[in-house]
Amino acid sequence: MKENNSFLKGIIDGLPICFGYLSVAFAFGIFATGQGLTVLESVVMSMTNMISAGQLAAVPIIATGGGIVELALTQFIINLRYSLMSVSLSQKLGKSVRLLDRFIIAFENTDEIFAVASGQKGTVGKRYFYGLMITPFLGWSLGTLLGAVAGNILPQIVISSLGVAIYGMFIAIVVPVIKEEKATALCVILAIALSCVFYYLPILKGIPSGFVIIICSVIASAVFAYFAPVSEEVDYE
Amino acid sequence: MNSTWIYLLVMALVTYLVRMIPLVLVKEKIKNKFICSFLYYIPYAVLSVMTIPAIFYAVDNKISAFFGFLVAMIFAFFKKSLVTVASFACLAVFISEIIIHII
Repeated sequence: MKENNSFLKGIIDGLPICFGYLSVAFAFGIFATGQGLTVLESVVMSMTNMISAGQLAAVPIIATGGGIVELALTQFIINLRYSLMSVSLSQKLGKSVRLLDRFIIAFENTDEIFAVASGQKGTVGKRYFYGLMITPFLGWSLGTLLGAVAGNILPQIVISSLGVAIYGMFIAIVVPVIKEEKATALCVILAIALSCVFYYLPILKGIPSGFVIIICSVIASAVFAYFAPVSEEVDYE
Repeated sequence: MNSTWIYLLVMALVTYLVRMIPLVLVKEKIKNKFICSFLYYIPYAVLSVMTIPAIFYAVDNKISAFFGFLVAMIFAFFKKSLVTVASFACLAVFISEIIIHII
């Protein structure tokens, strides 16, 4: 099988991802400093995590001084999907990828990078992968920095408007899938119903946000995994 | 050391380990149907739980938040890219915030 191992081609394929990350990270930076994190903390979080949903969930936990266990469990559940992608990616890597490279590549196995790498014909080499990783990492870090700094300068109406950016992105991920797949749509509806119950029912209101995410998503996914198992090999895109 | 850094350290560790361990250790595909299905549904459930009802409180005004949500749903329905959907949702909120301020 042919191995894609051009560093330059990796860079070129990574650029569109970089621009996408730049804008989303900008919104995240505004959100993070708005919740009380410092500019440095926000940027470090982006540089060491590279996950929009996980970071968005972590900020309120950190800002309100929530439990470390809550934070760790939340991140575990939200990141679970990447373990599946890592399993898939491990079959896609070429001979040039050594154990040490796997330790580095794992750090940046995000949805978009996974999608681009998986879409290549043949196997993917380490030089291609490193090229692919660089600009999205810079875009995510720099976007967070710019957003975190701009949060103090931009007028309130602009900051408020950018508050929906990350949720808009989540909607863009979920809606096209549930449009096609009935079981996933029902799973999402159950998850949302549970989420609303936790949000509006007075007795449940005190439960920390991280646990709400875990409880609702695990229940909905387990119910549908049991009653509507996904047939055949799971397709990631 | 400020406690925020401990949070950040734990977070980075969990995020990394979840991605790293399967990539380094697993050489075979997961066959268990329940686990595969569970892992398939989890991201959509997580993102939905995080979005609703939080999106309606992410903006100063609930009405403009609703417009942002509506625009995002419409653009996502027509399979526009992540950045396009997010941008138009922000724009919708921005415009309705201005209109609300004027009224």
